[in-house]
Amino acid sequence: MSSKVIHALYDDDDVLMTAVKEVRAAHHHIEEVYTPFPVHGLDRAMGLAPTKIAITSFIYGITGLCFSIWFLNLIMIQDWPQNIGGKPSFSFAENMPAFVPVMFEMTVFFAAHLMVITFYMRSKIWPFQTASNPDPRTTDDKFLMEIAVDGNESELTSLLEKTGAIEITVKENH
Amino acid sequence: MGHYEAPIREPIIVGNKTYHDITVDVAAPIEGKANKSWWIAFTIALIAMLWGFGAIAYTIGTGIGVWGLNNKINWAWDITNFVWWVGIGHAGTLISAVLLLFRQKWRMGINRSAEAMTIFAVFQAGLFPMIHMGRIWNAFYTLPIPNQLGSLWVNFNSPLLWDVFAISTYLTVSVVFWWTGLLPDLAMIRDRATKPFQKKIYSLLSFGWTGRAKDWQRFEEVSLVLAGLATPLVLSVHTIVSFDFATSVIPGWHSTVYPPYFVAGAVFSGFAMVQTLLLIMRKVSNLEGYITRVHIENMNKVILVTGGIVAVAYLSEFFVGWYTGSSYEDFTYLSWGAATGPYWWAFWALIICNSVIPQLLWFKKIRTNYIYTFIIAIFINIGMWFERFDIIVINLSRGHLPSTWSQFSPTFIDISIFLGTIGFFFVLFLLYARTFPVIAQAEVKSILKSSGDNFKRERDNPSAVKTQVKEEPIVVKEEIKIEEPKADDKQSKTNSLLDKLGSFDINTQQPDDLKKVKGIGPLMEKTLNQIGIYSFDQVSKMTNNEYDLLDSITGTFPGRAQRDDWAGQANKLKS
Repeated sequence: MSSKVIHALYDDDDVLMTAVKEVRAAHHHIEEVYTPFPVHGLDRAMGLAPTKIAITSFIYGITGLCFSIWFLNLIMIQDWPQNIGGKPSFSFAENMPAFVPVMFEMTVFFAAHLMVITFYMRSKIWPFQTASNPDPRTTDDKFLMEIAVDGNESELTSLLEKTGAIEITVKENH
Repeated sequence: MGHYEAPIREPIIVGNKTYHDITVDVAAPIEGKANKSWWIAFTIALIAMLWGFGAIAYTIGTGIGVWGLNNKINWAWDITNFVWWVGIGHAGTLISAVLLLFRQKWRMGINRSAEAMTIFAVFQAGLFPMIHMGRIWNAFYTLPIPNQLGSLWVNFNSPLLWDVFAISTYLTVSVVFWWTGLLPDLAMIRDRATKPFQKKIYSLLSFGWTGRAKDWQRFEEVSLVLAGLATPLVLSVHTIVSFDFATSVIPGWHSTVYPPYFVAGAVFSGFAMVQTLLLIMRKVSNLEGYITRVHIENMNKVILVTGGIVAVAYLSEFFVGWYTGSSYEDFTYLSWGAATGPYWWAFWALIICNSVIPQLLWFKKIRTNYIYTFIIAIFINIGMWFERFDIIVINLSRGHLPSTWSQFSPTFIDISIFLGTIGFFFVLFLLYARTFPVIAQAEVKSILKSSGDNFKRERDNPSAVKTQVKEEPIVVKEEIKIEEPKADDKQSKTNSLLDKLGSFDINTQQPDDLKKVKGIGPLMEKTLNQIGIYSFDQVSKMTNNEYDLLDSITGTFPGRAQRDDWAGQANKLKS
């Protein structure tokens, strides 16, 4: 880890995109980019791997479905079978149509909630978490690129100036 | 980059907004003080809410006998209100989930408030089955947990229990969907907050959102998957509500058309409520730039479609009832018997409010008019309440045994509880409108360049594009090294410039802060200092000749100095 980082502030998403591409083309490592809204294509331009969160959601959904099948079978068939309205519950297969709504709801419940919890955990967002965006303007209308400095401060500064940054700050890393 | 949008599409953000304008506009209702009309509306809603709570307490303390229910009509206002409120909730999910899947950009101006409306409406809906239980402290019997009756479980064959699962899943998923979307916007409020208490609250609410690229990538994926999950969920919820009726054997309820018809009706009533709320909010909170005529017209088109589906369902119910030839079908809620019977007024209220008046929306003049839209939306709200009243009360008022036929009249308590839920709903919505970012500003910013009126105008008429002057970057370093002015071929030009402006002795005179001149940043100041310009006095002597000379020395920002009139500014600063 280098001891210094450089913060380049931009006021336009298109300028930022070009800048990210130029900085990457010059083989500098972009530590982080903070933006006030989702800039489409930024993750690809930065070389971020695609997120796998949709896959986790699918797995959670399957888990919810299996869980609901398990407890419906336990409650309605195994533990206390009843004859309700002349429709006895002695076999899961025969009674399954009546369980479809609950099976569906549990699938959605698990898939949605566990995915969101995964998202919060992975992105480290939860109550009492303190925000770590280096400049409060990045939630308003500014875009901030953070690049590690490795003894090439002046070279980076001049490169960033050329990419159209409106503010360039060199900071001690903490 | 891909900001193109066909010129034929009307802009959905108007008023020449910039990113910062959106921030300011969305933060304004939160940072400002509530006006008088807000306090009046809040007071009325609060009184209604407390009144309703009193009526609920009385019901719980005394028993369900205080309602107008009788042996034959054992569901009436309570379930009518329950279905009405659940239905209203559907528009929020439809806007945020279904329109997201269809990539409808206009959803972004209205989804936040529509989702809030959903959540607040489902709160109201959930109240009714709970208090209808009579012994509300036994409400946990609906959950599949072992209780003091031994291991007697709930009955999973019952649509009423499916409802418990459907409504609770719907409510919790809606809350999570809403809150996740709120995080970036709450973070924006947090970063703008100046009062320490406000800052603390919004820091807590925004979960430390920072807007990293990876977070946004996940955020978008999560939104998409949640939309994909919420779409079948919202369809399932009202489908299951309709099962409460459709799986019974009561004439008029036992109907296979109920699930799709209930869903369409729910969306219909939900959009009417969104119109009612947003037409007021866009005025009160000054959001006319984000909730535009286009939004109102699009919602009216959805109302027209879903209203059409509902009207076709009414006709098919009416036809099938007549076609069966069964005498029991001649008193269901959509039959000649209902139209001419003791509940004729409820029947005609339904037909007129839901199927006749909304047809006015076929006229573009009417569906793009705020006042007419508001009036029609109110009619639909009333009509959809009557639909549920008709389904429940008219169908139950007659039956196979004529000796059991009866009428329903609501008691004072029935009415009080209903008004109480309306008050509760508005209390929540009014508080929300003052404390939450009511527009999904992050999302709106992401479509500003494609759908903002200024950007569209400039893209469609390239000649009108304003030339943007590039600002010079401000370089702040921890240790600023002042470089020695290099002697080069520009030296002669520099000398002639200094001859005109007068030289400045850094050792004897105090240099001025040239950054005070608009257009001179730290970098330009350094450049000027290198040339030998340190004081306002020198700058004030500059004319076009000197500007040109300066431009040729620095080689950047031609025309900048003329435009900002450095000399004029310096002249003022000098004195």
